[in-house]
Amino acid sequence: MLSLGSGGAKSTKPSFVSYVTPEEIKLEKDLPKKEQHPDLLPGEVEFCSANPILKYTQDDLSQRGVFGTLFCTNFRVTFISDEASQEETAKNFKNKLYGENDIPLMCVDHIYGVYDEKKKLLTGALVKNKYPSKMIIHCKDLRVFQFCLTFTKEEDAKKIFQGIAHHCLEEKSLKCVFAFSYMGTPSPEMQRKQETIMFDSPEDWTQEMKRMKVNCRLVTENENFELSQRLPKYFVIPSALMDLFSYQGRGLPIWCWSHHSGCALFKASFPSMTQEDGDFQKHLDTMINAVAHNYLYSVKTEDLSESLPTIQDIQQSYNKFKQFFLIENSTEFWLSDMKWFSSLESSGWLDIIRQCLQKALEVVECLEKDNTNVLITEEEGTDLCCVISSLVQIMLDPYYRTLMGFQSLVQKEWVAGCHAFLDRCNHLHQKDKECHSPVFLLFLECVWQLVQQHSPAFQFSETYLTVLSDSVHVPIFSTFLFNSAHHRESFLKAESPLAQSGPLSCPTVWDWSVQFDSKAQNFFFNPLYSEKVKHEKVVRRPHKPKHQRQLSLPSTAFKTPTKKGFFKDETDSLKKMLRVKRISRWIGSPDAPFATTTPTREFYESWQQRPLDYHGLLLPCLDGPSVRVWMQRYLRWIPEVHILGGGSVAVMTKLMELLSQVQDLKRTLEQRDSSQAAKIDHRPYVQQRLLSFGTSGRLSSSFPFMHNRNRSFKPIIPTGLMQSLMVTESLANQEDEATSFESLV
Amino acid sequence: MEKQQHSSGSESPVLPPVPRKPRNLGGGIPAPRQDSVDSLDSPTGSHVEWCKQLIAATISSQISSGVPPEAITRECKSQDSGEDGCQFDSDYELPSHTTQVFKDARKQAPMDEVPLVPGETIKTTVKDVMYICPFTGAVTGTLTVTDYKLYFVSLERDAPFILDVNLGAISRLESISVQSLGENTSGMEIVCKDMRSPRFAYKNEEQSNLEILEVLTKYAFPVSNELSLFAFQYKEQFPEDGWKVYDPVAEYKRMGLPNESWTISKINSNFEVCDTYPALLITPTSIKEDEIKRVASFRVKHRIPVLSWIHPETQATIVRCSQPMVGPTDRRCKEDEHYLQTIMDANAQSHKLTIFDARQNTVADNHKAKDGGYENENFYPNMELNFLEIPNIHVIRESLRKLKEVVYPTIDDPHWHSAIDATHWLQYMRLLLAGAVRIADKVESSKSSVVVHCSDGWDRTAQLTSLAMLMLDSYYRTLRGFQVLLEKEWISFGHKFAARVGHGDQNHANSERSPLFVQFIDCVWQMMRQFPAAFEFNELFLITILDHLYSCLFGTFLYNSEQERVEKEVNSKTVSLWSYINSQPEDFTNPFYVDYENHVLYPLASLRHLELWVGYYVRWNPRMRPQMPVHQNLKDLLYLRAELQRKAEELQKEVSSSRSISSSSEHAYSPSHGGTPLHTSV
Repeated sequence: MLSLGSGGAKSTKPSFVSYVTPEEIKLEKDLPKKEQHPDLLPGEVEFCSANPILKYTQDDLSQRGVFGTLFCTNFRVTFISDEASQEETAKNFKNKLYGENDIPLMCVDHIYGVYDEKKKLLTGALVKNKYPSKMIIHCKDLRVFQFCLTFTKEEDAKKIFQGIAHHCLEEKSLKCVFAFSYMGTPSPEMQRKQETIMFDSPEDWTQEMKRMKVNCRLVTENENFELSQRLPKYFVIPSALMDLFSYQGRGLPIWCWSHHSGCALFKASFPSMTQEDGDFQKHLDTMINAVAHNYLYSVKTEDLSESLPTIQDIQQSYNKFKQFFLIENSTEFWLSDMKWFSSLESSGWLDIIRQCLQKALEVVECLEKDNTNVLITEEEGTDLCCVISSLVQIMLDPYYRTLMGFQSLVQKEWVAGCHAFLDRCNHLHQKDKECHSPVFLLFLECVWQLVQQHSPAFQFSETYLTVLSDSVHVPIFSTFLFNSAHHRESFLKAESPLAQSGPLSCPTVWDWSVQFDSKAQNFFFNPLYSEKVKHEKVVRRPHKPKHQRQLSLPSTAFKTPTKKGFFKDETDSLKKMLRVKRISRWIGSPDAPFATTTPTREFYESWQQRPLDYHGLLLPCLDGPSVRVWMQRYLRWIPEVHILGGGSVAVMTKLMELLSQVQDLKRTLEQRDSSQAAKIDHRPYVQQRLLSFGTSGRLSSSFPFMHNRNRSFKPIIPTGLMQSLMVTESLANQEDEATSFESLV
Repeated sequence: MEKQQHSSGSESPVLPPVPRKPRNLGGGIPAPRQDSVDSLDSPTGSHVEWCKQLIAATISSQISSGVPPEAITRECKSQDSGEDGCQFDSDYELPSHTTQVFKDARKQAPMDEVPLVPGETIKTTVKDVMYICPFTGAVTGTLTVTDYKLYFVSLERDAPFILDVNLGAISRLESISVQSLGENTSGMEIVCKDMRSPRFAYKNEEQSNLEILEVLTKYAFPVSNELSLFAFQYKEQFPEDGWKVYDPVAEYKRMGLPNESWTISKINSNFEVCDTYPALLITPTSIKEDEIKRVASFRVKHRIPVLSWIHPETQATIVRCSQPMVGPTDRRCKEDEHYLQTIMDANAQSHKLTIFDARQNTVADNHKAKDGGYENENFYPNMELNFLEIPNIHVIRESLRKLKEVVYPTIDDPHWHSAIDATHWLQYMRLLLAGAVRIADKVESSKSSVVVHCSDGWDRTAQLTSLAMLMLDSYYRTLRGFQVLLEKEWISFGHKFAARVGHGDQNHANSERSPLFVQFIDCVWQMMRQFPAAFEFNELFLITILDHLYSCLFGTFLYNSEQERVEKEVNSKTVSLWSYINSQPEDFTNPFYVDYENHVLYPLASLRHLELWVGYYVRWNPRMRPQMPVHQNLKDLLYLRAELQRKAEELQKEVSSSRSISSSSEHAYSPSHGGTPLHTSV
């Protein structure tokens, strides 16, 4: 039974050395074997399993492994170790849906098979006959699993391999996604979800409009998607726009956000090109005019598909980029470490992030400094438009930097805004590569850049962003499963008879209690967040006038009635033309931005010199050193880069200690004073007390994701240090001291 | 132009070394703090929230809610008022209304007065000079040259632009062509060692203008012009005496030396055995003087193996020396072999001795041909020789030169990473860190003694031993301990600061120059980034050290060896950098410091975790500056901590007094809990 493939396992290549000989396995076999089974989620069904499977442990320099059983269910691939699990060791950031040895089927990125020492990427066709000696699974959350199949019975190995390959690689229909079999009971803690504005009712929109005091029009005509299936159920358009029904709703400027001066940001898809040229132009003019009408009769338009990378570029770049983090063994790691900086650059991923932030910065400048309306357009209006509009709103509006505000923003721009999550994330393993693209991840990356540059401005932590980026690939949440609002509604309606008990309901990702208990959810909050101070105004008042004059901030004074009246003259077509001409200058220079990267330089610099207000405008620094790699997300599973006892967690711990201590004392005082006993604070920071994680254990920089159990305290010493260093020979051979040996001659 | 200053107080080094008294932390009360009083009194107010806000605010830039832009500008102006260049600090802590008062008061201050340190004299002043700023364009103003610095103030009355360059930082002066600015105009470029090259243009009309380059050359390179270094004129008095920081006997005593195997030898008290070693050496007890002398003749520059550090538990030691003079004929020296054997025997835990040769193996072979070489494992039984493959000083110098091209004046954003990659600066640092980790690991895990050498044992050896000691011994991670480490491993053991930095020397092309110490401090910064809570000192401390490595204001880094320093009476005639630092330690303290005590810290020598030290190398670029200087945040955090500490104690007192009345909440409050993490330092 050990015949097949064991020859491969004996190879001397470091990546496949197994220190377990067949004899040892026999020994293990003699032990009384107890049946292992995964704890299934409600609605989860086990498909197949195999034992013994060797799972290589990653957090060890040697290629040893653990024996156990590999299962495939309709939700995940899971491995259960034969050894007593030590998982209990104070893991306070545990995902309730899947553990460290579980791979949700949707999370599988690629599967490689090792056939006779050769690593092959598996596609449907390869799977048919032979099964590999080793199976390597790359996950979308960047974990890497390696399973050795040679120790189990041939038919078992075949079955599990084909099962996994089938469920993870074959194209499937949306119906089969686990979310629709999942019977999880909604948790009592649903209030949390409630706080996030879902933008699925007219009231949500009206409220949002009220918050910003906009005078746009809420469109309810698309409630049954009669206008267009690609448009949101409800949306807001400039009040001047009357004609809704031409062009099947394409090219409609959809309101995103309004500046307090009155100017606003709109997004639109292209009007369909099949129309006659004249018609097309006319339509475009109507749209632009409608937008311009919104405020001061000024508008700038920006075609994102011209100035930003395409979604295919984004996909390609990310594919290159993620390879640096899908590390299978330490030899590979150190080899890739040598080329780190140059490969980082060649992937272009950081540059795409920079370009997106740069574009957002340009839009912010138009809104904040020039007080013009902005219309951003794109083929579909649901990819880069979402990225840019959301970023702009985060930079301009502190509300979106709170946890609930951020979630509402994602609902508004992405979920209700019809971003094609299903296609872009390729949840169904479709072969059509054209439409896959990590656009939403790109957005999170951009937000992370802002978070790391201005941490106190954000209520949420980078851990929150990391978890959110993982959650996209957990097939439980309805949030990321559909291509549009219409798609969601029609699908859920059509499928609901399938579920016998009532209508289909999937939790939204914002119901974090599905994944994490409240203690773990505390990691989502940024302990350094500077909450808005109520009395702030009093402090500021004296300097306010000067402050604003100096900074040429848009103020109400800027909106001089004369000016407004002047431009309001709608009949003055000449003026209209003038304003629109100005726009074209902006439209017409797509080449300029990245050749020089100076368009927003001045704007940024003048902002930078002002005292920073975390509840005001927030701009990213885009210079080379400032755009960084999201270390937490990308390096968390690579044991070679875990700094034991280091990382930012050390600082956090210290701060937490200070905070919790004062909190403790305060509470004691309150208890002492019985009159105040009733007033116990329920705000999030009280819970943060729990965050004062035991400092006794040394945490590593990968906290809270990977836990280094049984890790030796041996340092990690890189191998192959000099390999790529081209030390100039003449210099290297020069004496340290020019005179040292010559003098002897 | 004024914008320049708002961000971090003009383009001057981190601190104007101007007299100031150590600040009392309890001094000023910033505006937000007053809110806390209210909230504490009012039943609804939560002062936890206040703390959070304050932390958040201090962590980067906020607090400024009370400080309007004008107040910050003021800071720069205060510099030319000549009385106290560090006014910012005090301003900063004042409530906004008081700032207003200060503003008015200072308006009368004469504009064109240059702040001088005690002992500094103005040598020439030239009006109508144009500073060609690479970031914001040209500025016109007045240029003053003193015997210590070059000082440029722009003409603007409000918030003038200020550029302050220590003459010591100047590597070379060059006239440049500035045709575009009209005839009769000369240009000059001041190439600095601290990663910038300011350029000026001035009219040739007046006589005094012509002199400027001359005067500048004379005082920038005093040694070449037979003048004394400015450190000998500097007359500042500090409450602390930095020369007392390092006492070799006390430091060896801290390590438990002398003991039965190791003794403090006075053999070199007159620098007769080795002129580049300190007077006191730790040598094996059993080795006799004449034997040592014979070992000395076998080692390059007579730098015999001596103890640098001893493990408090295992007695494993770090020993440093220079290469043996093996030569092409594989010469042997019985005494040297015996000497190393004795070192090994002094550690009962291990029967092996590991020799780390910092050089590249091939280079070491070349040295062998030139009468140098390395220990032959055949002649040294139980020894294991490892090469750390670290390139020499010339390679490092070249690397930093390339780095300057990448970061100054402008950055090519899209190609930032490949440009950094091409300098190899981080790769070399990775090698160095990896080498030090191997040494520390040998000592800690294998409990084996190690011998470290390179060619002469004063460059890479100093880097490696001090980094390894920093990893192994938490004492060196404190503010004082780090000073001791530098005094010991670098200064007393003869790292040739004068030659490597070229203090006051005009010969900028001297191949002896190399930024090895900068590289070492950068490694420390990398470690600090990886272990943000493990070091008592902060980034400002490291930057200050590097600024004064060049400035020639303090005597600390002058000359090549202890012998030279004794000869020149550095201790009595100059001020120590540590006098300045230890007189205001709060500025240099890391508020997050937690004593890691016996933890050995192994930094990760992976490029993924090494990052260019933007706060040092790119600090002249205004876009790369934080909105508020980093040290300001840290200072505020320190203040916050003190405040929290006080509050906590106050509450604790109240609690304990109330406990006597009602002991209901006893369990929640074990007394040990109160204040434990707060006692960590300062």
